[in-house]
Amino acid sequence: MDVHLFVPCYLDQVHPEVAMATVTVLRRAGCTVHYSDQQTCCGQPMANTGCADDAAVLARRHLDLFAGKTTVCPSGSCTSMVSHHYHDLGLRLSATDEKTMHRTFELSDFLVNVLGVTDLKARFPHKVSLHQSCHGLRELGLGVMSERRDPPKLGPAEVLLAQVEGLTLVMPERRDECCGFGGTFAVAEADLSARMGHDRCDQLSQGDAEYMTGNDQSCLMHLDGIRKRRGKGPKAIHLAEILACQ
Amino acid sequence: MTARVPQFHVDSEKFLADQERVGWHDGALWHLRYKRDLATQVVPDWEKLRDQAAAIKAHVLDHIPTLLSQFITNAEAAGWVVHLAPEADDLKRIVLDLLQKNGVTKAVKSKSMLTEECGLNHHLEANGVEVVDTDLGERIVQLRHEPPSHIVVPAIHLKRGEIGELFHEHLGTAKGEDDPIRLTRAARADLRKRFIGAQAGLTGVNFAVADSGAIVICTNEGNADLGTALQPLHIACMGVEKLIPTAADAGVFLRLLARSATGQPITTYSTHIRGPDPTRPGHQAHLVIVDAGRRRLFADDEHRRALSCIRCGACLNTCPVYRRASGHAYGTTVPGPIGAVLAPAMIGTAKAKELPFASTLCGSCTNVCPVKIDLHDQLLSWRRRLAREGHVPFSKRFAMKIGAQALSYPWLFSLGGKIARTFWGLARKGIPGPHAGWTKHRDLPPAPKQSFRGWWKSDGQNQGNPTNKDQDHG
Repeated sequence: MDVHLFVPCYLDQVHPEVAMATVTVLRRAGCTVHYSDQQTCCGQPMANTGCADDAAVLARRHLDLFAGKTTVCPSGSCTSMVSHHYHDLGLRLSATDEKTMHRTFELSDFLVNVLGVTDLKARFPHKVSLHQSCHGLRELGLGVMSERRDPPKLGPAEVLLAQVEGLTLVMPERRDECCGFGGTFAVAEADLSARMGHDRCDQLSQGDAEYMTGNDQSCLMHLDGIRKRRGKGPKAIHLAEILACQ
Repeated sequence: MTARVPQFHVDSEKFLADQERVGWHDGALWHLRYKRDLATQVVPDWEKLRDQAAAIKAHVLDHIPTLLSQFITNAEAAGWVVHLAPEADDLKRIVLDLLQKNGVTKAVKSKSMLTEECGLNHHLEANGVEVVDTDLGERIVQLRHEPPSHIVVPAIHLKRGEIGELFHEHLGTAKGEDDPIRLTRAARADLRKRFIGAQAGLTGVNFAVADSGAIVICTNEGNADLGTALQPLHIACMGVEKLIPTAADAGVFLRLLARSATGQPITTYSTHIRGPDPTRPGHQAHLVIVDAGRRRLFADDEHRRALSCIRCGACLNTCPVYRRASGHAYGTTVPGPIGAVLAPAMIGTAKAKELPFASTLCGSCTNVCPVKIDLHDQLLSWRRRLAREGHVPFSKRFAMKIGAQALSYPWLFSLGGKIARTFWGLARKGIPGPHAGWTKHRDLPPAPKQSFRGWWKSDGQNQGNPTNKDQDHG
């Protein structure tokens, strides 16, 4: 299948290894990966600050660039911005735009629920705890939400991690507590955000986890920054990086 | 709501400074969330029950004028004296008049967030009427001269030692006494005297049943029942949004309310009152129906759903921000996610401008809400309204405008990234300017040698996509 890579702006510049791992994983799953360097940002920071007009400028660019294509993104939050929140910006959305939004997938969702691939022949002999990022979980439905009484069904990240050779998955007691990143919240309410991050690091350390993983590098970047500053806790590693390991 | 301007950032930092208390507060509220989860597991079709409640509330919001006139007709037929209070001041005036006409100098009051919102206690006290809050948590914060920090557990921000000191000072308990049972007994003994000495009982209203004219009051302590049973005068105060069509609908909400709030199957006392007690000659029952800004929300299609709230507090308990900031940081009678959604409509966007930003938009509130208010989307929607009205700080708006412009040009984005990576080493010691908050508590990751786009151009695209032979995974 031909897939077009949607690389979140901060991943491109700060964590290219996650996007590189995404390419590896998609290719291993049999996809032909395309990438356009005309892409920049989906507009989420602007949208979450309330600046809908500014977000709309970037949303328009994004929709035109990915028009009608099957798009895969290694971030639940940026995916949700495109697939769910482009409706909020007062944009006039064409049928092609709607199709683009509908055809934008988070990586683990795409692998498991679109391609039907669960075993990436990965090997990662470590204890790993899973941080289920909020937008992927509660907006895209990539897992069972602890608040809801839906029929139990494993999320795609858990399905994929279960197949990784040597990996022991540990779920924290608070399965899906927010890490406190929250975009500009991390800076505007830095103390609160950090306190939430500390607590989440503690929870993700349960069961002597060596690594904490998830499908949103923004949350992981925040958690890992806190981990490094305090000098204890599991190292952050994106799901794509684990799946790329052999 | 309170007249003061909420200062979430400043006030949350004050609470955060006591790290031990934050951990304990978070744990206490998470325990309520945990009990709520257990209680919802035993209800078959919990999610359908939420759908049903949301549908009833949507119907109510669409039919307020009809339901209100039906309710008033039936309430008056049942013997209630109905008063309409368009504003908070009207509520205060009506209640004071009633008390003064009946020569009341001492009144007891069960829990009512509405009267809290309207500042009723203060007004009555200023006019010579002693009002005693009879809910234990409310009594504690009343003795401390502070507002409740939670709508269901008003004193959740306090430790038992602090309550021990308070009771030692006001109720004469032994110094250092912090046993919850002994402290509760002391409060009970004191309250009993107040119940007997009062001449009027004030209550809130949880549900007002349109087709019967009855009201439903839910408490765990029976204090509303005692307050209304002993006094010759009952004044019930309700927001106009408390209307529900039938008693059968109350059944739906009673199943949801206590489970969502504290994990109990139902509140200990769920009392239906339909007018004055016919067995007590001269018993008066008054009902004050308050608008106080609610019509502004009714008229706002985007945000009116917030009026469906049944004040269970579940969104507060689950909110990771509330649990670490405490209710007082919000500066409004109703704190937490629902408070931050109501405040811009109730006290105005200018005053409430910080509150919709007091959230990570994690969405847990939306999932626990028993009447399915889309709380985190409402917060986001208020952020857009605030930005349109110019209530988002200029520095933020400016940064977003510049960002959107710069990110419209891939070459500029690319150049910006290159410059940032070059100076990364300096930034790791602390980012200057408006983003300093990031490095205050976090280390930056090491700078990558090149961006993803750089790698793609030099290596990535050439490493080749899989051939047909590779494609048999899965």
